[in-house]
Amino acid sequence: MTRFLVKRIGQSVVVVILVSMATFTLLHLLPGGAARAELGVRASQSSIHAFNVANGYNRPFFDQYWFYVDRILVHHNLGYSYKLNEPVSTLLSMDLPKSAYLSGLALLITIIIAIPLGIYQAVRRNKPDDYALTGFSFIGYSMPTFWLGLLLIAFFSVFLKWLPPSAPQTPTVSGSITDPKAMILPVLTLTIVGVASFSRYMRSSAIENLAQDYIRTARAKGVTKAGVLFRHMLRNAVLPIVTLLGLSVPALLSGNLITESVFNYPGVGLLFWTSTQTRDYPVLLALTLVVAVFTVIGNLVADIGYGIIDRRVRLS
Amino acid sequence: MTDQIEPDIALQEPEVVSQMVRAKRKRGANIFEVFMDNKLAIVGAVLIVLIVLFCFVGPVFYHSNQISSNLSIANTSPGHGHPLGTDNVGYDELGRLMSGGQSSIEIGFAAALLAGVFGVLWGAVSGYFGGVVDTIMMRIVDALLSIPVLFVLLLMAAIVHVNQLNLTLAVAFFAWLVPARLIRGETLTLRTREYIQAVKGMGGGAGRSIFLHIVPNAIGTIVVNITFQVADAILALAALGYLGFGIPPPAANWGSMLSQGVTYLYAGEWWLIYPVGILIVLTVISLNFIGDALRDAFDVRLQGR
Repeated sequence: MTRFLVKRIGQSVVVVILVSMATFTLLHLLPGGAARAELGVRASQSSIHAFNVANGYNRPFFDQYWFYVDRILVHHNLGYSYKLNEPVSTLLSMDLPKSAYLSGLALLITIIIAIPLGIYQAVRRNKPDDYALTGFSFIGYSMPTFWLGLLLIAFFSVFLKWLPPSAPQTPTVSGSITDPKAMILPVLTLTIVGVASFSRYMRSSAIENLAQDYIRTARAKGVTKAGVLFRHMLRNAVLPIVTLLGLSVPALLSGNLITESVFNYPGVGLLFWTSTQTRDYPVLLALTLVVAVFTVIGNLVADIGYGIIDRRVRLS
Repeated sequence: MTDQIEPDIALQEPEVVSQMVRAKRKRGANIFEVFMDNKLAIVGAVLIVLIVLFCFVGPVFYHSNQISSNLSIANTSPGHGHPLGTDNVGYDELGRLMSGGQSSIEIGFAAALLAGVFGVLWGAVSGYFGGVVDTIMMRIVDALLSIPVLFVLLLMAAIVHVNQLNLTLAVAFFAWLVPARLIRGETLTLRTREYIQAVKGMGGGAGRSIFLHIVPNAIGTIVVNITFQVADAILALAALGYLGFGIPPPAANWGSMLSQGVTYLYAGEWWLIYPVGILIVLTVISLNFIGDALRDAFDVRLQGR
């Protein structure tokens, strides 16, 4: 297990270094360089020079990269948003809890629905109700997230006038928690998209496992139907879902970005989107790096979780 | 299909050979039969043909001004010479759907094809050579896979000028990773087969093995994956357009049309939102149906969806 851990963590570190190099290179691809991006098109030659010296942009590429790494790791400085006039870390500490709350809640509900649903479909496979549910999940994952969000707004806010069309507009996460009514539509959007894909994977994984010998053995021993499904099959069938969960972190974050912009929920996704509109490059680059780190951590946790559930991986 | 062990055809008696050839031909016919047995796939294929005809042939029969805006007729409701009304700057919505569809379909297919070809080559080379080459090539794929695509696409769109070529390349840049992984896995099993060993023994190079033997044998995986990639590319394009990074007007795209229509949701101007949304969903769902059926027809087990 230790060797497995060391190897996986090592790989993750390499990936993070590659991603940081990529975002750093993007910084250099900016039209007119980073100085123009931050000081604006009308900046004078001397102020650009002063900015370049102050930030080390006049030095060789690898020196600069080192400077960038040093700034992030040693000084914990992710950059400064000139458009919002605040350090990126402050913006993150405000918006990250809100995004985590939205994604976490949606993911939790997704799993609670998708796993039993997938098992139900596997047990009832090729019967009318399975076909109907498969049809729903097909539509669910063929539907653009923003279109789904719009449909929900059109139905629940415009037509029925039951729910507000926008998410809670508070600066802190406690505001989102105390306004559950406004959270329903964003969470519902992410949940529908999530259930559509997860239940399908769960279904095929459960079907595969139901055909295995150990299920027959358990049945022959006289284990009840529920016992077979939930004590014997669930643990094995859920393995691919654990990996999938880790691998779907980028998709979750993208879905989050779109949902936040549809419902105007002030989280990291909306911050990223508004920053693309105002070309706030320091925020964009810092967030890309942060999001990539989260993705890598997600993959790592999924792999380790896989090792904990499946003893075979731990031994080898 | 590729998991079956193929007996060496040259070592067989003549009548056995003709039997094997017939079996092979039958297998080709089988792929078609299995595909046609799947009713959803036929529905999907018919829908895709109709959508492509609508977008590319439609403008020949239905003329509308898609070059200049006309604010005096903005937001007209359906009827009055505009079957689906007009949008917020006076473009005819039905004609807009056609021209928006053209760019979505063109970019979607081009990006998927480009990504497919590059991914197949990358995966086949990586799997064929193995060892250090394989490790390095696959770690690059892993690294790129852990980059959140939408974020980087938006970042790139904020940096460079958006046009059709840029969008195609940007979408393809992230789409080649999955085919590369799948083909690498396939190549790892294929390269140990006798016929690849025979090519090596007769002095055939890597290029010959990869292009004449590995790629044709992995064609099922490739075709199925490219179908799904087209669907994903069209979805990604719609998302980008919705978030404000489509090809700028007067060019149209489905995503931007939706984001403009949203403003008028409360005014009840349904024609700006529902037709285009339904068109996106139909296109993507049809491609998914076709991909699913092709997967069953080619019997490719590697691809889950």
